[in-house]
Amino acid sequence: MKVLVPVKRVVDYTVRVRPRSDGSDVDIANLKMSMNPFDEIAMEEAVRLREAGVATEVVAVSIGPAASQDTLRTALAFGADRALLLETEESLAPVVISRALAAVVGEESPDLVLMGKQAIDDDCNQTAQMLAARLGWGQGTFACRLEMGDGEVIVTREVDGGTRIVALKLPAVVSTDLRLNEPRYIKLPNIMKAKKKPLDRRPLDSLGVDTRSGIRMVSVAEPPARKPGVRVADVGELLDKLKNEAQVI
Amino acid sequence: MEFDVVIVGAGPAGLAAAIRLRQQAEQAGQDLSVCVLEKGSEVGAHILSGAVFAPRALDELLPDWRERGAPLNTAVSEDQFLLLTQGRALRLPTPPQMHNQGNYIISLGNLCRWLAEQAEALGVEVLPGFPAAEVLHDEQGAVKGVATADMGRNPDGSEGPRFEPGVELHARQTLFCEGCHGSLTKTLIDRFRLREGVGPQTYGLGIKEVWEVDPTRHRPGQVIHSVGWPLDTHTYGGGFLYHLEDNRVAVGFIVGLDYENPYLSPFEEMQRFKTHPAIRPVFEGGKRIAYGARALVEGGLQGLPKLSFPGGLLVGDTAGFLDVPRIKGSDNAMKSGITAAESVFNLLTSSAAEGIEASDFRRRLDNTWVIQELHRARNIRPGFRWGFWAGLAHAAVDTYVFRGRAPWTLRHQADHERLRPARDCQPIDYPRPDGNITFDRLSSVFLSNTHHEEGQPVHLKLRDLQRPALLNLPVYEGPEARYCPAGVYEYVETGDANALRLQINAQNCVHCKTCDIKDPGQNIDWVVPQGGDGPNYPGM
Ligand SMILES: Cc1cc2nc3c(=O)[nH]c(=O)nc-3n(C[C@H](O)[C@H](O)[C@H](O)COP(=O)(O)OP(=O)(O)OC[C@H]3O[C@@H](n4cnc5c(N)ncnc54)[C@H](O)[C@@H]3O)c2cc1C
Ligand SMILES: Cc1cc2nc3c(=O)[nH]c(=O)nc-3n(C[C@H](O)[C@H](O)[C@H](O)COP(=O)(O)OP(=O)(O)OC[C@H]3O[C@@H](n4cnc5c(N)ncnc54)[C@H](O)[C@@H]3O)c2cc1C
Ligand code: SF4
Repeated sequence: MKVLVPVKRVVDYTVRVRPRSDGSDVDIANLKMSMNPFDEIAMEEAVRLREAGVATEVVAVSIGPAASQDTLRTALAFGADRALLLETEESLAPVVISRALAAVVGEESPDLVLMGKQAIDDDCNQTAQMLAARLGWGQGTFACRLEMGDGEVIVTREVDGGTRIVALKLPAVVSTDLRLNEPRYIKLPNIMKAKKKPLDRRPLDSLGVDTRSGIRMVSVAEPPARKPGVRVADVGELLDKLKNEAQVI
Repeated sequence: MEFDVVIVGAGPAGLAAAIRLRQQAEQAGQDLSVCVLEKGSEVGAHILSGAVFAPRALDELLPDWRERGAPLNTAVSEDQFLLLTQGRALRLPTPPQMHNQGNYIISLGNLCRWLAEQAEALGVEVLPGFPAAEVLHDEQGAVKGVATADMGRNPDGSEGPRFEPGVELHARQTLFCEGCHGSLTKTLIDRFRLREGVGPQTYGLGIKEVWEVDPTRHRPGQVIHSVGWPLDTHTYGGGFLYHLEDNRVAVGFIVGLDYENPYLSPFEEMQRFKTHPAIRPVFEGGKRIAYGARALVEGGLQGLPKLSFPGGLLVGDTAGFLDVPRIKGSDNAMKSGITAAESVFNLLTSSAAEGIEASDFRRRLDNTWVIQELHRARNIRPGFRWGFWAGLAHAAVDTYVFRGRAPWTLRHQADHERLRPARDCQPIDYPRPDGNITFDRLSSVFLSNTHHEEGQPVHLKLRDLQRPALLNLPVYEGPEARYCPAGVYEYVETGDANALRLQINAQNCVHCKTCDIKDPGQNIDWVVPQGGDGPNYPGM
C-alpha cells in the first residue's frame, strides 16, 4: 500500500505573527517556519503504518517556495521514503492546492492520502474535503483513530459531542485531528540520513493545473487591542466604576 | 556518531570555526568531518546582539560576502554618545573606540542564519534543535565529544512514552562555542581548573527590543549610545539605539551584573530608559515587535580562562573576548573561531593521536588584534567599580593619556559577591508600564516567542531547595524575581500566612543565563532543556 502525505510549511505555532505595516498580508520575514502540526500527525501515522508493514511506501509532497525543502527533509527524517516539491512563490488557496494534489494523485496512484485537517496559518479546513470530492474518493475527516481493514480503512472521527466511526473503501482521503497520535521526536541520525533520501523538485506549472482561485485578499489587520487594566483602591470604587463608568451593573 | 570536529553552538564563533575548518580541508584536498550542534529550534533562534558589526573578521573569512548576499544592509552613518540626566541629554565627544565608520547595523541572528548556509554549502553538518547536554571524557579524562539532550522525560526525570535518549557524538576535537556563560563550559572550567590563577569572569545583562517606528522618526544608520540616567552612579551600564532598515529600530539597555542593590531591576531600568525625553520621541506612534535578553561578558583580558584542554577548546564569548569599551564581541568571536580552526586543523593533520591539546591556540590569538585590543582596554571596565564619575574620568585618562598602556592592571570581583543585603539598600520605586512605550514583563516575554514543551524536568536546577527561603528571600528580598528578564522566578504565597515559596516558571526562560551568574548563593545551575526549546527570536 502506498501512502501520500501532503505537508505544508507554516509559521511555527510558538511564534506570534503580525500584519505588515501596509496591511497587505501577514509579515513572515525571518520568522521560524515548521511543518504544520496536523501534518506531523499525518506523517507519524503514515510512518507507523510503514513500520507495521501495512504501508510499503510513504511519499511526502509539498506545494510552496524553495524553502519548503526543509519541511520535506523533516518529513524524510520522520521516515518518508521520498519527497516531491512542487515549487511556486504564490500563496495558494485550498481550492488550488486540492487541484494540484489531485494531479499528483493521478501521477502517484496512492491507496491512501493522509493529511492534516487544517493548516494553522489560514485554518481553512478545506483541502482534504475538496481533494476527496475531486477524486470521487471516500473521506474520513478529523480522524482520532485509524485501522486498516481488508481493502478499507476504518476511521474514528471527532464530531460534536463524541466520535463517529466510518469505513471507507480504498483509495481514500483521511484528515488527522490532534488526538490521533503524538508525533515522535526525530532522531539525530535520521536527520542526517534524510539528507541522502530522494527529493524531487519541479515547478508547479509542470502539473498544468489552473492556479486561479477566484479569491482576493483585501487586507490583513490586527484585532482591536485590549485596554490596559486600572487598579482600584477598594470594593466601593470598583462598584462605582462598574456602575457608572462601565455601566454593566 | 564519529566526527573529526564537533562544534557546540551555532553563533558567530562556532560558525566561523566550522567554515574555516572546511575551507582548510578543501584547500589541502583532505576530508574533515565537521558538525555544529545548536540548542535553538533553528540557527539564529537564540542569538541576541545589538548589533553594530565590524566586518573585519568576515572580510578575512569570506572576502566575497557582498557578492554572496550577506545580510549587512545598513552602514553606520552617524555616531552619538549621550550623557543622560533626569530630563536632559548632554552630547559627549564619542570616544575613539566607539567610532563606527565602516561598520554595519545588523541582526546578528540573520547573519548567523546566512553563515550557516555558507557552512552547509561547504559540507558542514549544521544540526539545530540538538543541545549538547553532557561532555564525554575518555579514560584519561580528555574530552572525546558530547552527548545531546534526552527528549521526552517526565518532570521527575523518568522516561515518558515518547522518550528518545540523547546521542553521543565523538570527535577528535570538540570546540565549545556556547556564547556568554556556557553551561558545558561551566563544567569544563571546574574539571580542568581553567580559572586557576585567573580572576573571575564578570558580566552584564542586555535587554533588547525591536520596534517598527513611524517613518518620519527613522534615521537609517544612526547609532546612539548613552550613559547615566536611569542608573544610579554606583551601577555600570547604558543604553543603545540603532536604526536598521525598514523603519526598524533596535533599542537596548545593558546593566553591569556587579550591581549592588538587590532591589534593582534591569528590566524596569530598560523600560525607564525609553521614557527619557531624548529617547522617547523615537517610539511615539511606533510598535514594539520583538523582545529578548542575553548576558554578555565584561571581564575582558583579566576574565579570560585557560582556553585549551585535552580534546577541546573554549572559543568565542564562552571564553569571553567581548571588548567592553567598543561594545563589540561578534567580530572577536569570529576571529577566535577562525584562529581555533587553524590551530585545530594543524593539530589534526600533524598527529593521529586522540585526546591531544591544541595548546598553541592562545599563542596564536595573542598575535591577533583580539588579544592586543583587549590588553589595551583592560583597565576601563574595572575602573567603574569606583562609581560612574570616577570610572568615566579614569576611562578618559586611560584612553587619551596612557592609550591603554598604563603600567598596572585592575582586578575584578565576582558579580554574585557584589550584591548587598537588602536592609543596607534603598528600595527602588519603578513607574508602572503605560502599555505604549513601556510594558510589563509577561507581555514582553510573549514577544520572545519562547516555548518549552510542558511536562519535562525543570532546566533551572537548585542545588539546595531550601536556600531561596533561607538566604535569597530574608537577606536579599528575592533578587531573582527582579533580575530575571522573563519573570521565571516568582515568590508566591504558601498556605502558611507569612511564608513565601519560590516558584520557577521555567517555560518563560529566554536562556539569558543571568540567574546562573548572579544568584548570591550560587545555587542555580542553568542546564539545557529539550531540543529546540527556548526563544524563537525573529532576527535579534
Ligand atoms: C497547533 C495546535 C492546534 C490546536 N488546535 C485545536 C483545535 O482545533 N481545537 C481544540 O480544541 N484545541 C486545539 N488545540 C489545543 C488548545 O489550543 C489547547 O489545548 C488549549 O489552548 C489549552 O488551553 P489552556 O487554558 O490549558 O492553556 P493556554 O492556552 O496556555 O492558556 C490559555 C489562556 O490562559 C492564560 N494564562 C496562562 N497562564 C496564566 C497565568 N498564570 N495567569 C493568568 N493567565 C494565564 C493565557 O494567557 C491564555 O490566554 C491546538 C493546539 C495546537 C498546538
Ligand atoms: C545586548 C547585547 C548587545 C551586543 N551588542 C553588540 C554589538 O553591537 N556589536 C558586537 O560586535 N557585539 C555585540 N554584542 C556581543 C555579541 O553578541 C557576542 O560577542 C557574540 O554573540 C558572541 O558570539 P558567540 O558565537 O561566542 O556566542 P553566541 O552568539 O551567544 O552564540 C552561541 C550559540 O550557541 C548556542 N548554544 C549555547 N550552549 C549550547 C549547548 N550546550 N548546546 C547547543 N548549543 C548551544 C546558543 O544557542 C547560541 O546560538 C552584544 C551582546 C549583547 C547581549
Ligand atoms: S531563568 Fe535565568 S536564564 Fe532564564 S531568563 Fe530568567 S535569568 Fe535568564
